[in-house]
Amino acid sequence: MKVTMTVNGATCSGEVEGRTLLVSFLRDTLHLTGTHVGCDTSQCGACVVHVNGRAVKSCTMLAAEAEGATVATIEGMADADGTLSPLQQAFQDHHGLQCGFCTPGMVMSAAALLAENPKPTEHEVRHYLEGNICRCTGYHNIVKAVLAASGQDLPAVAAE
Amino acid sequence: MPKDHGIGASIKRREDVRFLTGTGNYTDDINIRGQAHVYFLRSDVAHGRLNKVDTTAASAMPGVIRIFTGADFAGVGGLPCGWQVTDRFGVAMKEPGHPVLAQGKVRHVGDPIAAIVAETLEQARDAAEAIGLDIEELPAVVDMKAAIKDGSALVHDEIGSNLCYDWGFVEDNKAAVDAAIKGAAHVTTLELVNNRLIANPMEPRVAVGDYHRATDESTLYTTSQNPHVIRLLMGAFVLGIPEHKLRVVSPDVGGGFGTKIFHYAEEAFCTFAARKLNRPVKWTSSRSEAFMSDAHGRDHVTKIELALDADHNFVAIRTETYANMGAYLSTFAPSVPTWLHGTLMAGNYKTPHIYVNVKAVFTNTVPVDAYRGAGRPEATYQLERVIDKAARELGVDPIALRRQNFVREFPYQTPVAVVYDTGNYDATMDKLIEMADMAGFPARRAASEAKGRLRGLGVNCYIEACGIAPSNLVGQLGARAGLYESATVRVNATGGIVVMTGSHSHGQGHETAFPQVIAEMLGVDESLVEIVHGDTARGPMGMGTYGSRSLAVGGSAMVRAAEKVLNKAKKIAAHLMEASDQDIEIKDGRFHVAGTDKSVAWGDITLAAYVPHNYPLEDLEPGLEETAFYDPSNFTYPAGAYACEVELDPDTGRVTIERFAAADDFGNIINPMIVSGQVHGGIAQGIGQALLEGAVYDDNGQLLTGSYMDYAMPRATDVPFYSVDHSCVTPCTHNPLGVKGCGEAGAIGSPPAVINAVLDAMNSGGIKIDHIDMPVSPARVWAAIQTAKA
Repeated sequence: MKVTMTVNGATCSGEVEGRTLLVSFLRDTLHLTGTHVGCDTSQCGACVVHVNGRAVKSCTMLAAEAEGATVATIEGMADADGTLSPLQQAFQDHHGLQCGFCTPGMVMSAAALLAENPKPTEHEVRHYLEGNICRCTGYHNIVKAVLAASGQDLPAVAAE
Repeated sequence: MPKDHGIGASIKRREDVRFLTGTGNYTDDINIRGQAHVYFLRSDVAHGRLNKVDTTAASAMPGVIRIFTGADFAGVGGLPCGWQVTDRFGVAMKEPGHPVLAQGKVRHVGDPIAAIVAETLEQARDAAEAIGLDIEELPAVVDMKAAIKDGSALVHDEIGSNLCYDWGFVEDNKAAVDAAIKGAAHVTTLELVNNRLIANPMEPRVAVGDYHRATDESTLYTTSQNPHVIRLLMGAFVLGIPEHKLRVVSPDVGGGFGTKIFHYAEEAFCTFAARKLNRPVKWTSSRSEAFMSDAHGRDHVTKIELALDADHNFVAIRTETYANMGAYLSTFAPSVPTWLHGTLMAGNYKTPHIYVNVKAVFTNTVPVDAYRGAGRPEATYQLERVIDKAARELGVDPIALRRQNFVREFPYQTPVAVVYDTGNYDATMDKLIEMADMAGFPARRAASEAKGRLRGLGVNCYIEACGIAPSNLVGQLGARAGLYESATVRVNATGGIVVMTGSHSHGQGHETAFPQVIAEMLGVDESLVEIVHGDTARGPMGMGTYGSRSLAVGGSAMVRAAEKVLNKAKKIAAHLMEASDQDIEIKDGRFHVAGTDKSVAWGDITLAAYVPHNYPLEDLEPGLEETAFYDPSNFTYPAGAYACEVELDPDTGRVTIERFAAADDFGNIINPMIVSGQVHGGIAQGIGQALLEGAVYDDNGQLLTGSYMDYAMPRATDVPFYSVDHSCVTPCTHNPLGVKGCGEAGAIGSPPAVINAVLDAMNSGGIKIDHIDMPVSPARVWAAIQTAKA
């Protein structure tokens, strides 16, 4: 079947099977390989994208279900000239990534958190990111990066 | 003021930009025109005789190109083991074959039986269901101690036993150790399990084989920590492809933690099948496959005895460990419970007599090999646990007991072969006490108790041997490879520098940190330096990244190559300025003649090297490119002290990590930001081992923890902010940077701190207990409380 959706502001169409997952459509059909697959039980969160403004694990949604939807992926986060978004920049500034594999999902989840809750506490950040597994950072610098991106005074909210 | 460039600066990582914008190039992002997909049909029984694999119906399924079975690999080598251990009696370990696809028997759940190559992955998977299997199920060998009793089923019939080796270290010390323990004033004994873990880098393994028939060249794209090693092992021992016809590429790799060191069947298969079918073949592991095919880690059962004299000086240590090898010997498996474990049993303490016995056992489980720390966490855990137990038995302060026995004179020859070059264990302990605010602990404990909770403080030290390793030494110890590292520093005509390193970065930030060293040495800006790694076609033979070796060994190779470049550059500069190269010095990015106002820029020198119109051609070759291989003379010995504070709910058994502090001595530091990040990640993995993680097999050899639904990975809510420090520096005495390595410390140092804290909390609440095994799940803690109360 044919599906059409808006991905990172552009209208995209492609042929899919009924069983094609949204993540497969993004990676294999649209070649947007920034969205990653880290598990097969919807646990790791490497595949998180935004569908109609909400964070979704794209391994848990069929491409067909996204017909007509507005999808945002990590490739659309930076400005057109390559300038990183404040959240992406905070991840770099605070060393919130190492191998980078969980990073796209982590950034997309964190962006959804900040959209819902612009000034989260440390506890709220950790709780919101529970569906995103990172094996490299021990979460320390990810939590710091998200708190920093929220514009809060980091030493005050993230005492080490 | 902190430096903003060169060695010691916390420069932001350049690789982050591609990772943050979704433009990294991981192996699964690679798709080659015309590629076919392979799906592996894996055994769902732990142990069985493979009577028949009927592929007739499956071969006729839509899209199927060819189905391979073990029979297709007759005459092809098996997966090699890279380390031969010799046992207590001077006999070589048992080394059964490890076929690419199962032949005759299946030996663990996940053992690949058939490989279905089809146009699409879905077609391959559908066809797998049509393969007829006749497997005669045999009793599964799971428990290590039962496995080496007479009458046990045999994982490998041809070796007549499930014992791989019975290793004694140092065998000649045994009598003295036995005597010292017999005559000791006090002996503390502890039996414990070092739980089996699954490394779980977030990127599952991927292999893409490609073949060009016209040139007879094979290329393997694979998620490896050491592509050159894969090229050597697979080319020379499995497929018979010489290096010049085989290229191995490991692009961006999403974490390794040891499990991506090893040469795996799927890599060999994709390379083999691409040649057979003359088209690219791709395999992407699902997470479920990863659980049953990535080498696991740890899995030791240990008894340790610590003997002390009447003044509480350590006089002897004796250990007996059963180490699980799994069903086959993975690439470096035999070395982990032996040379990476026994050699560290002295820890930070001067104990004159030590004997380590390790029995390595085959079982019907996934092969076990190095996982972050590899042998050193197992050594540290048992030692630091038994010291705490001794302190409790003797009624002395555990920190004071440690300090009393610290090694304080360096170099220090341990009784377990290695020589510590340098260290200062008092300094890291002093730092830790300050960082962990131990003075404030009684008040925090009182606050927890007021809420009906228990609070515990656990402390331990650790030492590790990193910078793996001196080739002549490991060769004597059974390694079948050298463990040097290489670097080529290529300076281009307009001054840009490309460094090709045999080290591999899969999260460690080499692309940022390595240029800091080059920039400092050559007086150029970091932005002029690019790091190339992960492609056997682009750099000299290298040994890859593991054992916290990249900077200590790979960095040292880079320094040696850069020194050669610098020496040549000075000669060119001297010629351009008609001076002696002895008088050339670098200042503010320019090459000056000392004591004069004459200078030339870096770009003047590099251009002269490649456009040698005014150039000492009779003395110097044109060009500016140098290669060095560095083989270290000793291991490095990072060490430190860790503290964990837990709160424990006695009603539910739930343990939460409230505070964690780590004081490490890594020697000199190139990029403190990256070093802190490495420690954070290691601590989280150690907390994971202590609180959450554990691979569990049932009696039939079924893996009960085969997904993230069952295997508890640490999540953001499971860990606190960590307090880490690496300001206590005793530089390594034998490598040019004075660096020691930081990648594994966190995972080595943290599990005993957590468990010591849990036991401290329980005892503080009147629950008399001296041992609990990892992971300390709420159920396990609650049960221990009930037992202690009964």
